[in-house]
Amino acid sequence: MKKLLKYHETYLLIIIVLLSIVITTKNANFFTAENMFDLLKSNSFVGIMAIGVLLVLISGGIDISFAAIATVSEYIMAVTIIRIGGSVLSAIAIAVLIGTLLGFLNGYLIYKFRIPPIIATIATMNIYYGSLMVITGGKWIYSLPDWFRSFAEIRLLTFLNSNGNPYGLSVITVIWFLVIIVAVVILRFTILGRSIYALGGNRNSAVRVGFNVFLTETFVYSFLGFMAGLAGVVQALLVQAVAPNSIVGKELDVIAAVVLGGASLSGGKGSVPGAILGVALLAILKNGMTMMAVPAVWYEFFVGAVILVSIGFSSYQDKKKSNNTAIIDVKEQESLC
Amino acid sequence: MLKFDAGKNPELKVLSLILVGSFILMAILSPRNFLKIGTFQGMAFQLPELGLLSLAMMISMLTGGINLSIIATTNISAIFAAMILTSSINPELASSGDGIVIVIAILVALLVSVLVGLINGILISVVNIPPILATLGTMKLLQGLAFIITRGYVISGMPEAIRLIGNGMILGIPVPLFIFVFFAWLMAFYLNHTATGFNIFLFGSNPVATFFSGVNNKKVIIQTYMMSGFYCGLAALVMMSRFNSAKAGYGESYLLVTILAAVLGGVKSEGGFGNVSGLVLALVILQIVANGLNLIGVSSFLTVAIWGLIMIAVMVIHFMTGKKRVQA
Repeated sequence: MKKLLKYHETYLLIIIVLLSIVITTKNANFFTAENMFDLLKSNSFVGIMAIGVLLVLISGGIDISFAAIATVSEYIMAVTIIRIGGSVLSAIAIAVLIGTLLGFLNGYLIYKFRIPPIIATIATMNIYYGSLMVITGGKWIYSLPDWFRSFAEIRLLTFLNSNGNPYGLSVITVIWFLVIIVAVVILRFTILGRSIYALGGNRNSAVRVGFNVFLTETFVYSFLGFMAGLAGVVQALLVQAVAPNSIVGKELDVIAAVVLGGASLSGGKGSVPGAILGVALLAILKNGMTMMAVPAVWYEFFVGAVILVSIGFSSYQDKKKSNNTAIIDVKEQESLC
Repeated sequence: MLKFDAGKNPELKVLSLILVGSFILMAILSPRNFLKIGTFQGMAFQLPELGLLSLAMMISMLTGGINLSIIATTNISAIFAAMILTSSINPELASSGDGIVIVIAILVALLVSVLVGLINGILISVVNIPPILATLGTMKLLQGLAFIITRGYVISGMPEAIRLIGNGMILGIPVPLFIFVFFAWLMAFYLNHTATGFNIFLFGSNPVATFFSGVNNKKVIIQTYMMSGFYCGLAALVMMSRFNSAKAGYGESYLLVTILAAVLGGVKSEGGFGNVSGLVLALVILQIVANGLNLIGVSSFLTVAIWGLIMIAVMVIHFMTGKKRVQA
């Protein structure tokens, strides 16, 4: 029990449980299997991107362009399946390929020219999104194929609610779960995962120990690109329409969710369960506000308050801890990196 | 530091070359429309609000931080000022008490923005939240607050005197440009000729060394973000006046552009380096590219994409020249 209290995730879980209890007392519909399955489905889009963002944050980087990447991949995917046709697998393949390429470009610029990640990705965000809008004129796409629509309605588990309407575990949620498993395997059980943590912990040490920094750095950005591409398809599945301006602008929200889950912006820290809990907290907050009939205008305000209180709490604890330790940092040497 | 000493600073040299290059390019692409007084007056009206916001962003970046809450701060200040103005002044009927109300409204706008800066500074230095997260939190909080106060509606109908701030002209030069030039000079003076300014650069280069040289780091950070807030308040006044209204969510697309302008102007996002003259040059470049492309009928999204390309190009050039210097 004492060991559990050391983890950031434990506190997060306690907050989520308390919040859920409050919401349930106001509206019993919140804590039903139907609402939970619905939440899992509608948040898989943010959840998938959050997993990608997590790896980038652990490696000590940041990416602002992933929402633009998701939009570009989603758009090209939609145009291709409408013009040429295909299957869900080919749709995913196209989006993921484009996403990975754009993500790789981010990683390459950041590694090769040592551009601070936030600057490089703000620039590429403008390039990716700007080009898409110029080429497409910002037109919405509605007429997605029927097979694309029917795939989104597949359920792996189906139940009936009291009105006789079916609900259950959507295939979209399963995609998110698969992504989670992949991320856990990479971070926990591979050398690549170790090198991501090492790079975020101390870049120079990672170089000296012999990790391939080029590979690691381009991998995390490509991985986020991959996830952004996948999230683009999921968004199209959820909404059944493609609006070029619907995702861009959400990037800071996703980063906030991951950071709420304990990932540090200075790198080296963060976990998959934490990131999921971070996404869950913001999702439950939003859903709960609707359930409790709180006006939607309050949402942003609460998100800000949650970020400040939660991160303020953990930052203040870190500060107290670091007052008792000394940091000895090696001077950066150009030749090594 | 608004003085031009390109000889000493290679970054300013690169920037002024880009400036001249983009100017000539635009003059060639659109000779009839670009080289007109109206075009430059248009630019002079648009530049100040982005300029003031970029100064607000720049000072936070000099300490190695960032201020994501600048737009939200600007909007909340403008909303408070606009509420005071519209509730006590009828724009159709001038009355003798108007002057005092206007002064109060301006002071409230500046006070609110400085107060937000103070909160940011405390969150960062005392509570120890990383700047990007602290200001992300206050950004959300203020955006929310702005929506709660206004319910998403526009507050409009400013008195004549306020509209002068953003739309007036003296000797053919727009009033906002005077405001911007003065406050850009003030920022340069603050950074280069005051002890706090010196400490801001010092902190940006090495916070630990700054602490051990007897500087009160907390005070430096709090002052930095209060100054950043103050410039948001100024931007709020210019913006409110130019749009003749205030609303939650105005100018949100400016946020990333201010970072772009600062970085293009030579501000290092790790902190410690940057100057106002570089930033001003960068702003003029961005404005020339935007206006020039607009004149030849190019979509504003292409402009945004080109800004991104320019930014990467500048970073790559910096990297290459930096490498050469290390080798030599």
